[in-house]
Amino acid sequence: MVDKLIHILLLLTMPPLLLGIINKTKAWFAGRNGPPVLQAYYDIIKLMRKGMVISRTTTWVFIAGPIVTLATVLLAGMLMPISRFNAPISFAGDLILFAYLFGLARFFTTAAALDTGSPFEGMGAAREVTFACLSEPALFFTLLVLAKVSGSLTLNNMLHCPAGAFSVAMAAPLVLVSIGLFIVLLAETCRIPVDDPNTHLELTMIHEVMVLDHSGPLFGIILYSASMKLFILGAVLLHIISPFQTKTIWMNWPLFIMEMFGLAIVIGIVESVMARLRMRHIPYLLISALLFCGFGFILLVRYYQ
Amino acid sequence: MNNHSLAKLTNGRAVKLDAIPTLEFEGFKQAILDGTAAGQRVSAMFGDSTEQADITQLYVVMADDEQNRLCVGRTQIQGDKFSSLTPDCPQLHLFEREIAEQFGLKPIGHPWLKPVRYCHSKTNRDAWDRPANESILPAVGDFYQVEGDEVHEVAVGPVHAGIIEPGHFRFQCHGERVFHLEIALGFQHRGVEQAMIGEPTNRSIHYAETLAGDTTIAHTTGYCQAIEALAHCQKTARAQMLRGVALELERLANHVGDLGAISNDVGFLPTASYCGRIRGDFLNMTALLCGSRFGRGMIRPGGVGFDIDAHCAADLLCRLDKAEKDTANAVNLLWDTPSVMARLENTGILPQRVAVELGIVGPAARASGLVRDIRQDQPSGIFRFSHIPVSACDNGDAFGRAFVRWLEIQRSIKFIREQFAAIPAGSPLVEVGPLAPDSFTVTLNEGWRGEVCHTAITNKQGSFARYKIVDPSFHNWPALAYALRGQEISDFPLCNKSFNLSYCGHDL
Repeated sequence: MVDKLIHILLLLTMPPLLLGIINKTKAWFAGRNGPPVLQAYYDIIKLMRKGMVISRTTTWVFIAGPIVTLATVLLAGMLMPISRFNAPISFAGDLILFAYLFGLARFFTTAAALDTGSPFEGMGAAREVTFACLSEPALFFTLLVLAKVSGSLTLNNMLHCPAGAFSVAMAAPLVLVSIGLFIVLLAETCRIPVDDPNTHLELTMIHEVMVLDHSGPLFGIILYSASMKLFILGAVLLHIISPFQTKTIWMNWPLFIMEMFGLAIVIGIVESVMARLRMRHIPYLLISALLFCGFGFILLVRYYQ
Repeated sequence: MNNHSLAKLTNGRAVKLDAIPTLEFEGFKQAILDGTAAGQRVSAMFGDSTEQADITQLYVVMADDEQNRLCVGRTQIQGDKFSSLTPDCPQLHLFEREIAEQFGLKPIGHPWLKPVRYCHSKTNRDAWDRPANESILPAVGDFYQVEGDEVHEVAVGPVHAGIIEPGHFRFQCHGERVFHLEIALGFQHRGVEQAMIGEPTNRSIHYAETLAGDTTIAHTTGYCQAIEALAHCQKTARAQMLRGVALELERLANHVGDLGAISNDVGFLPTASYCGRIRGDFLNMTALLCGSRFGRGMIRPGGVGFDIDAHCAADLLCRLDKAEKDTANAVNLLWDTPSVMARLENTGILPQRVAVELGIVGPAARASGLVRDIRQDQPSGIFRFSHIPVSACDNGDAFGRAFVRWLEIQRSIKFIREQFAAIPAGSPLVEVGPLAPDSFTVTLNEGWRGEVCHTAITNKQGSFARYKIVDPSFHNWPALAYALRGQEISDFPLCNKSFNLSYCGHDL
């Protein structure tokens, strides 16, 4: 029970901190002090206290977009186990729900963007769904590999497979899917090299351009759910790349938090050392993520034959 | 094949107005076409009203870079129309639109006759027959449209997401691909040319300094050279040297800032943030010279407003060494990072042939392989004695434009160092007499964006009867529109930054 409460508490409070750490890392590379680590919290609180400007041409879909996104991402967070602890909600086949909750969030975000009728937002929505066609299968292959490795269709069992059950043959597929999943993580959370979260150029953005018309609390919700998405996908990735656990059970919480910080620093480093890809080249990167995950799955299936 | 009918002038020298031949329109047209065919380019073409309301005078200033001289001619237009030269000479496209707007003359056969700055004409004619009491709003009117089910239109600006000047961009897109871009400016039209007319007053120099805030030195130098030419004033070598140093410092600050902005647009952080700081270092060097980071107050008619002493020169050289090292560290990161090069190469290509036809100037022209640099071709001041090699590159893409800037940064630093090795003695400022009456002068300077052209005509009383300014942006905006054809719309900000043109310099 306590673990479930800690799970919910972490899920609700930790995500914006990751943005702060990514930005601090980037600032360090650029030789600046950068914004405070807690800046994302200040931003969200500030936005929550602001008023909203809602265009007369929009309908309820515009308001539903951010709210449904937050709800779906929260639910996905409840389905996902953290470290060695079980998820608050779990049932057989929950991996399908997990994957499609992200799909539902995307559907509502793009629908809200199209609802404004602005050409920029239409462009952003078109880009978002085009790239999702490639990142979604990659995420699915990752989940399939995990299901095959663990022999279970429940996220709880899939994600913490006991260390003893691993065989050497699983190593290669798992390495491949972790690379693929990392690329999917960067794409889904709009980081460089796929999207530039800091840009203000309406013609080049993907995710940011879809939410141009949202303001005040709605925009705060968007920022909050985007950081939560980063947290969830990051936690999935950590399960694969770092299955280490300590003997002292409660110590796994701080260990997880440290690992999460490490992941945020890695993302910050990736953003600092490379430029954004040309829009035309982003599908290549996503296809390579798809191939990594798909090839991992094929290897694994061959092994079990 | 040469335009012998035009008067030959030197950059920054005044001639009597009588010395400029008045040609028949056909001869005028032929002189321009022959000139461009022989490799000359149009630096300026503008109208001027005469005492008779139905006669307008047209002037043309052609730059003959091979012969290092300027060719100037004029013609008289009777009535409210003339036959357009644009179909044969595309670089006159904007000049003719400007003449149509300012003097209500219709260039018959102009392929895309629209206003330039959306203002009323100086005469009681209007090229579009709009009523005189109707207010004219910028960027209102028809835009070029591509028909088709899958073609969509994207309009950007005049209010942008970043803190930049206002301009309206209309894209015709097919998915992510841009078929056509049309740019509508004029939001910042202030009427500077009109304000310059008459006796030069205390205000005139400030108008010149703020023509384009980032090109203060080049524009003010152009303005002061025009006054000095008309007043037959001899500047000292010391003043000319200091003007050259200020001009190169302005170039350094802006080029470094541009390289930072380009890397910001491709999402490459290290260079972006370091260049932002180093730009400040160069601006502070200008402040060391004259107390203003943008060089306000530095250039004055008759010389420079601020002298330099040995202590200041040593301090500046010391800062220059440090900034040079920092710039090299930050900028070379760009060329060494494959992901940055992948974004810059083959983005926004301006072919050499197009650059010639559109009459492109400055780093954008040099990046397309045109060896065009006023400091070499039409040198004035210190550049007659101390040469800076022209930096060119033949890619014509965003990389080319970035790399030319980097070459120029290195050469400008070397130039400043050479100048400070032997500072000539003399007074920084000399007295300027009254302007010669009925005279004509053209001054060209290589600002950091390209050729800055000021043309002044005096009347019988020796005050300005017409003052024409051509900012390099006026030549180069069509190049940006061209470079974006067939590109992805998401590459527009990067292409735009690689040209980095001025809105207020265009709008005047």
